[in-house]
Amino acid sequence: MALRDRPLSPHLQVYRPQLTSILSIFHRLTGVFLTTGAAMLCCWLLTAAAGPEYYAWSQWFLTSWLGYALLAAWSYCLFYHLCNGIRHLFWDVGLGFELRTTYASGVLMVLASFGLFGLSWGLGLYFYFTG
Amino acid sequence: MSIQTPLARVRHLGSAKEGADHWWWQRLTAILLVPLSLWFVASIWWLVVGGATYEAFQDWLSGPVAAILMLIFVGALFYHLKLGLQTVIEDYVHKKAVKWTFLVMINLGCIIGAVAAVYSTVAVAFGG
Repeated sequence: MALRDRPLSPHLQVYRPQLTSILSIFHRLTGVFLTTGAAMLCCWLLTAAAGPEYYAWSQWFLTSWLGYALLAAWSYCLFYHLCNGIRHLFWDVGLGFELRTTYASGVLMVLASFGLFGLSWGLGLYFYFTG
Repeated sequence: MSIQTPLARVRHLGSAKEGADHWWWQRLTAILLVPLSLWFVASIWWLVVGGATYEAFQDWLSGPVAAILMLIFVGALFYHLKLGLQTVIEDYVHKKAVKWTFLVMINLGCIIGAVAAVYSTVAVAFGG
């Protein structure tokens, strides 16, 4: 058992950061963080099933400062995970493995996630002022 | 060279004891979640940020389109969540007891979450 404590993949402490590895790590981090969003989705639906007075609690929480901060974080993480997920789906069918393509799709993915974030909050502001 | 017959190899899928189900379902749920999560965000912005009334919310979730999409969304979401968290734990947690505890919590948590979300959706959809 002499080999037992050797570092296992992905051993970040000995790995030089690159765009590809950073984007990959953030894919996992955003995925794990979105778990809290799924929990909030459950609370939102449960309060809705319990009736109007309980639904109002969710509405109150989500439109508080903390609620808006969380909605912003969840929505950005969702768009990031979605865009990088599409990049993964292309890799799954064997496309985009060239080093240059991998970097280009990485940059494109980050830009697309910011774009979707901006678009979605544009829509949010529209509903905020017209809703 | 293996001395197993092809049939035996297929039947028990070698030392892994399972096939590519985990990988495959992670992809299938991902494909479902691309359009569904965009629909979900737009709906949340309309209902929550737009400050829709409870009646408007109930009307929306009682319609067949929103109810069915929501049920598929939470099903795909919690299955994708279970598969993703499981992969993270399997990659980083190597102590058997800790790993087992996390995996049990993830599996039970996702089942509970999915059942709660499905029950609530159905209750609102048929409760009006």
